[in-house]
Amino acid sequence: MIRLEDTSGGEIARAIAEERHRMGSPATGMVLTMLILSDEEYASDATEAAVLSARQHPMRILTLIPRPGRGPDQIDAQVMVGGDDGPGEVAIVRLRGDRSGHANSVVIPLLLPDTPVVSWWPTDPPPVPADDPIGRHCQRRITDLATAADPRAALRERRAGYVPGDSDLAWTRLTSWRSALASLLDDETTQVRAVSVDAEADNPSAILLAAWLRWALRIPVELTPVIGPGITQVQLDTAQGMITLARPDGAVATLSRPGVPDSTIALPRRGLPDLLSEELRRLDPDGVYGDVLMSLGETPGQAS
Amino acid sequence: MTNPLRDPRDRRLPKVAGPCGLILFGVTGDLARKKIMPAIYDLANRGLLPPGFGLVGFARRQWDDEDFAQEVHDAVREYARTPFREEVWVQLSEGIRFVEGDIADPAAYRELRRVVEEVDQRRGTLGNHAFYLSIPPGLFPVVVQHLKDSGLTERQGREWRRVVVEKPFGHDLASAQELDRVLSSAFAPDEIFRIDHYLGKETVQNILAVRFANTMFEPIWNSNYVDNVQITQAEDIGIAGRAGYYDGIGAARDVIQNHLLQLLALTAMEEPLSFRPHEVRQEKEKVLRAITVPTDISAHTARGQYAEGWQGGVPVVGFLEEAGIPPDSTTETFAAIRVTVDNRRWAGVPFYLRTGKRLGRRVTEVAVIFKRAPHLPFESASVGELSDNALVFRIQPDEGVTVRFGSKVPGTAGMEVRDVTMDFQYGDSFVDTSPEAYERLILDVLLGEPPLFPNSTEVDLSWRILDPILEAWAGDGQPEQYASGGWGPTCAYDMIARDGRQWRRP
Repeated sequence: MIRLEDTSGGEIARAIAEERHRMGSPATGMVLTMLILSDEEYASDATEAAVLSARQHPMRILTLIPRPGRGPDQIDAQVMVGGDDGPGEVAIVRLRGDRSGHANSVVIPLLLPDTPVVSWWPTDPPPVPADDPIGRHCQRRITDLATAADPRAALRERRAGYVPGDSDLAWTRLTSWRSALASLLDDETTQVRAVSVDAEADNPSAILLAAWLRWALRIPVELTPVIGPGITQVQLDTAQGMITLARPDGAVATLSRPGVPDSTIALPRRGLPDLLSEELRRLDPDGVYGDVLMSLGETPGQAS
Repeated sequence: MTNPLRDPRDRRLPKVAGPCGLILFGVTGDLARKKIMPAIYDLANRGLLPPGFGLVGFARRQWDDEDFAQEVHDAVREYARTPFREEVWVQLSEGIRFVEGDIADPAAYRELRRVVEEVDQRRGTLGNHAFYLSIPPGLFPVVVQHLKDSGLTERQGREWRRVVVEKPFGHDLASAQELDRVLSSAFAPDEIFRIDHYLGKETVQNILAVRFANTMFEPIWNSNYVDNVQITQAEDIGIAGRAGYYDGIGAARDVIQNHLLQLLALTAMEEPLSFRPHEVRQEKEKVLRAITVPTDISAHTARGQYAEGWQGGVPVVGFLEEAGIPPDSTTETFAAIRVTVDNRRWAGVPFYLRTGKRLGRRVTEVAVIFKRAPHLPFESASVGELSDNALVFRIQPDEGVTVRFGSKVPGTAGMEVRDVTMDFQYGDSFVDTSPEAYERLILDVLLGEPPLFPNSTEVDLSWRILDPILEAWAGDGQPEQYASGGWGPTCAYDMIARDGRQWRRP
């Protein structure tokens, strides 16, 4: 690891290149640049998740931590290349004093040429990520409703500021639920009349799941607050009877269908590295997420 | 009506197999333990198996369901690629059943049918079943006949039955056609899945992606620019206790017949109209039809047997000293052939295919070797170290693409040009995401998606290519011995030298 004090974007880029040469592999096979904009509290977990995800998606990771407050007006950085954790390149950059508002100028010389750029706000994203100076470089802008103090207010903000290319980890967390539910309807004779979802109160993923089901099936979906953890049950009222997918413990779900003995499905809650890896598999806009987010406004009171 | 929860734009949702079960014959074999069982667990772990999946084992062992589940458990713990999770195992183990019986005993199949029906009721597999015949091909006729007689292959309504067989698909054209006749007597063509575990779907799709998603390779992908193509599959191990299978089969039948000829077809085929199964097959078939073998077979093919020697610093025995191999065996452990593809694109470009055991290292690759530049505006000494440009699909290990071209040697000493290579490695950019071939293959069987499995026409065409070579070899006596740990017999070097070329060291 190289520590740089009172440095600049150009110096950080040189440090990464030198470190690569020292490792004996000057050529890189990086597929994207990841910009993490975070406060100190979330920075290390987010960086670690990105480093693990770099095993699947080799990337240059730039974690930018603004430290307005007092102290010298300067930029400090830690640079790490390769290593046991994965093939990625990592620079953790602290922008102190008056430099805290100029993250973008640090980033520009560090973007890998002609490859996608992704930004990730583990917490407190700007109101319109696509209009943010950093967000403007990015075809994928990742936010996380789960860290919002008021998820419903945050959801309204995401919807108001939505531009195709935005996505949210609260949506990513749903993939295994959505996959399990979608496969139940692969049998095309199943007609769903109504759906109920039980989940922790104000769980943003549950709100999105209910919205998705309402949007896709065009039927009423009831969202009932329970203790959790997370989403605990989805019930489909079909012409053939009730189909219930219940996950009381956050790991294993039991599927009950009419005329078939109960079976189990593993539906574990996934960690950040897994979520991020899924997120980076495709970098084009997730239109379904966009439509579901927008649909929250169509029924008054649903998102509020 | 389509599923309203599956939006075509929604690329996050994987395709999950519908309700179904797998009936596994040959559960005690290496393949079942090392590949099939772990792959089934990995699929469950990725959430790609249906909730009520059933796995029924059939073998002549005094096991009950728990014993078999324990076997699967041990195999999964040892060989699965994804981490072991108790909750996934619980989900899978609930559907595990075992039927004890002899493969030729009708009563055993009646019991199997009872268990399968029980699984349908208790697990909700809805009468959808795949029979995985991980057994020697000689036993296929008896198994298929009994499956038919016991009513296990009958289906009603929307139920499906599928059968999975592994290569070799016969040992010559006649036996391949006989095998097809046996399978077809109980299963429709689109219900027969021929698996070649050498040929992962990932590999096939990667070759197709590089060839047809780019503009810069296609214009030079023809006889104007390509000098020759070398397709190599080399193993560093010997026959490793598989004498019973290998003796009498040999390298050409084992590897060239399907694996190398499929790689050739993918490399040489025209662009399909789409990647729908029959479109890709049509193009592959056209290439296979256009292949001709040399008239002078002895001059343009080579065969060998590995001799005792040293491999990577370890002493190893020769093929004829292996347990179970008769000392006068004429089975080849190395085979190389030259073929041509007689169409406009490839006229005059030789395709060299070689495979062998106990070679220098384990590697599979397709090397497209280009002609030299017609004029080099350098002093001849400057380009003395420059060889031909090449584009190499590395299939294993380190799946990826290598391009070799000339570049200036840095320094003021003068204008020196030498070969450099540029590597793209899937191991770099897509680590962990490439699911093991078996997972993809089994999932495709359960989904009923046969795109990349060869059908009986392709198998027939491959044997038509190989049969005359095998016939010529049959009269040649014992193959030439070659030193273990090298790159094959002298006759292989002679064969390519006759064309004024040399083998690439893979």
